[in-house]
Amino acid sequence: MREPGFRTDGTWVGADVPRREDPRLLAGRGRFVDDITLPRMLHAAFVRSTEAHALLTSVDLSEVRGVPGVVAAFDAAGLGLADITALLDRPAEEFTPTSMPVLARDKVRYVGEPVAVVLATDPYAAEDGVEAAVVDYEPLDPVVTETAALAAAGAPVHDEAPGNVLVDVSLFATEGIDAVFDAAHTVVSVEARTGRQNALPLETRGVVADWDDRDEQLLVRTCTQVPHQVRTVLARCAGLDEKQVRVTVPDMGGGFGQKCVVGREEIAAAAAARRLRRPVKWIEDRREALTASFLAREQHYTARAAFDADGAILALEADVVCDMGAYSCYPFTAGIEPLMASAEMPGVYRVPAYRVRGRAVTTNKAPTAPYRGVSRPQYVMVMERLMERAARSLGLDALDVRRRNLITEFPYRGINNITYDPGSYLESLDLCERVLRDEGWHRHTEPGRVVGIGYSCFSERTGYGSGAFAQRKMQVVPGFDLSQITMDLDGTVSVTTGTLSHGQSHETTFAQIVADRLGVPYDKVKIVQGDTDRITYGWGSFASRSVTIGGSAASAAAVKLGDQLRALAAHLAGVDVDTCELDGRGGVRAADRTLPFTELAEVAYLRSHLLPKDVGPGLTATASFDVGGDGTFSNATHGCVVALDPGTGGVEILRYVCVEDCGVAIHPRVVEGQARGGIAQGIAGALFEEVLYDEAGQPLAPSFMEYKVPTAAEIPDVRIEHLETPCAFTANGAKGAGEGGTIGAPAAVLNAVNDALRGTGVELDSTPIPRHAIFAALAPHEEAS
Amino acid sequence: MTDVQLVELTVNSERHELAIPPRRTLADVLRHDLGLTGTHVGCEHGICGACTVLVDGRPARACLLFAAQVENAEIRTVESLAGPDGELSDLQRCFGEHHGLQCGFCTPGFLMLAEGFLAEEPGATREEIREVVASNLCRCTGYQTVVDAVDDCASRRRASLQAALDTAGSTR
Ligand code: FES
Ligand code: FES
Repeated sequence: MREPGFRTDGTWVGADVPRREDPRLLAGRGRFVDDITLPRMLHAAFVRSTEAHALLTSVDLSEVRGVPGVVAAFDAAGLGLADITALLDRPAEEFTPTSMPVLARDKVRYVGEPVAVVLATDPYAAEDGVEAAVVDYEPLDPVVTETAALAAAGAPVHDEAPGNVLVDVSLFATEGIDAVFDAAHTVVSVEARTGRQNALPLETRGVVADWDDRDEQLLVRTCTQVPHQVRTVLARCAGLDEKQVRVTVPDMGGGFGQKCVVGREEIAAAAAARRLRRPVKWIEDRREALTASFLAREQHYTARAAFDADGAILALEADVVCDMGAYSCYPFTAGIEPLMASAEMPGVYRVPAYRVRGRAVTTNKAPTAPYRGVSRPQYVMVMERLMERAARSLGLDALDVRRRNLITEFPYRGINNITYDPGSYLESLDLCERVLRDEGWHRHTEPGRVVGIGYSCFSERTGYGSGAFAQRKMQVVPGFDLSQITMDLDGTVSVTTGTLSHGQSHETTFAQIVADRLGVPYDKVKIVQGDTDRITYGWGSFASRSVTIGGSAASAAAVKLGDQLRALAAHLAGVDVDTCELDGRGGVRAADRTLPFTELAEVAYLRSHLLPKDVGPGLTATASFDVGGDGTFSNATHGCVVALDPGTGGVEILRYVCVEDCGVAIHPRVVEGQARGGIAQGIAGALFEEVLYDEAGQPLAPSFMEYKVPTAAEIPDVRIEHLETPCAFTANGAKGAGEGGTIGAPAAVLNAVNDALRGTGVELDSTPIPRHAIFAALAPHEEAS
Repeated sequence: MTDVQLVELTVNSERHELAIPPRRTLADVLRHDLGLTGTHVGCEHGICGACTVLVDGRPARACLLFAAQVENAEIRTVESLAGPDGELSDLQRCFGEHHGLQCGFCTPGFLMLAEGFLAEEPGATREEIREVVASNLCRCTGYQTVVDAVDDCASRRRASLQAALDTAGSTR
């Protein structure tokens, strides 16, 4: 690991500079949404459905309005908002459009669905108000599992989708694939289920909204990863112009995808603020966050792969069913998981023939949103299980089987019509294996413990440009990002970005990028993010797009501004612009003299009569960036050593190594932080966390007592090794680093557990890995010894 | 909710008189009545530790206490760690240097947890520190750098104590 501190070679990119975010956050002086208090502010609380599936026969709020402190209460009819609708441009047989009302109307579709909103002078009174609501239901049979959804026996979740299927795509189907399977030396299969998980930002969702009469604008401070999307949806739902809505984002305590879709509560609270002409705050409590927020990851894979006798993969086939819960999220739709899995499952391997069916089913459970990694933790796990299975059945070494199949020549055009840019697939595997071996880890048993080692190899497409998102056929196509840069008259710089940090350190990393492009000290660069009035347009932060796309836009804007500064210097010095260069320390070299930016900026603002005739005053530039082609691929290999406890079936992680390649690391320590945090979330999904429901659709994990979030006692130290394959088509060579940790961890842990179980005849393919299955697998083994 | 109780609290050495409902939690009083928003609330049921403050020097969950329960105690929040001029404490600086925070939402809780623990156990080993760090949740860091930060702070404090003792010894 590099030592913290400033680089001395004059460049900021690649240096572990102190984070700009840290001083305020360490001093307890950050400003998170619940830290905001406004005069006359009301507090919102939601009346939520107690039924998983029912007709809403009546919502009686008359008692609520009598509760001391309660000022108002609205049901769907009372707020009168349009629905939230996310669409795919796909034919009817592939996609069934459904809508999500802001407050439930006519019908409820999951326990916790918002039915009414109560506004009171303090949050305790708002909760008292919620207690007083009387809601009548006519229960319907709940559709709780994917199997029940596909059986479509009772009332469907949405009338528009009688079979409870919202997305159904069959893709690729390489010609002759059946013959390949028939003739193959070996065919292995895997059936895997992955548990429903909560992305679980430690700060729950929340909003403070108020109507500003002077600006004629609804000012919405909300913790979202996608402020412009919230503006659009709120404007549409409430019938406002976009300019009548301003969305700003304060400090955010994590998001991980859960906040990259538009939430119903933020729309309802903002609409209530407009209606009542009083500020309204809503802070989600943990119970709501665990039961009624956006969830993810509940998938079922039936997959098989054909191999030749040498372990070369010949064909891959998968059927992927994703349980998307009750509603399609905006803007991604219920297609988010199945479309990701279907498009990208072949991953890092040279798969010559591929066929996949991906489905999104709807059930009476809380809806889903993208969660860090989106489907990749799942399909990587399935691919890695297929590799392990093939190795076992062919009697080959599992790492050699991977080596036999890894993509090594770039750019590589996959069977899935995606072009992979250069990466270090093989190199990362070799290094990971070497590190573990050099540390002395090898599979062995020690008294009372059974040890196993597991690996996972993967790449993750990051920085999806509009072209890549267009392949998904979303009606709303994210991709580009815009940056505006302005130099003030003292030579300091501010840069807008449409991405926004919720822990990823953009104030630091974007400043590093711009400082290098312009040649100014990094602390003279200020980043402006999370404000729809100050930022023309932006897609927000998700899909590891911020540094790749937003960082490239900021970089391009800085280059443009640099050109302006050079032109101005050339004019003032009376030389040709081509002879002028940024000097890397806050000035322009023009012929034999250097003009400091401060001098140029003073001319631009205070002595504009000196400017060339065709140049306007001020120093500002705007640039946009969109990743061309198919995006860029970060890659990694994870290696994990586990010990199983035969007495309890428990899994202890003894060692974890991650060899990652995200291209140029703007701030290596931040990259490591992303990897470690991601790995912790991946381990959480592999071993601990699952959102469970009973057969009536009641959530079984409404608090941290039941939903087991791992602590420092369960998450191991992670050794990280960096490889660097710079990306040729982002401005800074960066490839994105936000999600990889989460993607690789479940497969590595699962493979390690299976390695430890070798000889018991038991192979486990699903997560969270059931302790009882490990216990049962080891029990006879114990007796025999 | 209409009945209100007079409560006197000592927070960061300052005395406050409050008229609050008896059911108001210490976390809410600190954050919303006193404006000390550095103490965060992540679960309101005692598990996440984001609300950790010191009550008479001991780490406690401010979401599980009613303000009225701690009238005679000394309460310290994250706002008390930095010096009067805003200079960060050694513990806070260690968190920054080790990248022990990302979003920073859990950070005040970990800082107060560590502050209380190191005062009691200045000789704690890394393993003991890890055990204590395991009382709070962080969703961003994977904990390793939090443990590193606390461990480094403990070693630096021990080293400077030793240096002070050595100096005292040599001047005697
Ligand atoms: S908010 Fe107090 S422990 Fe979570
Ligand atoms: S830094 Fe985000 S929860 Fe700990």
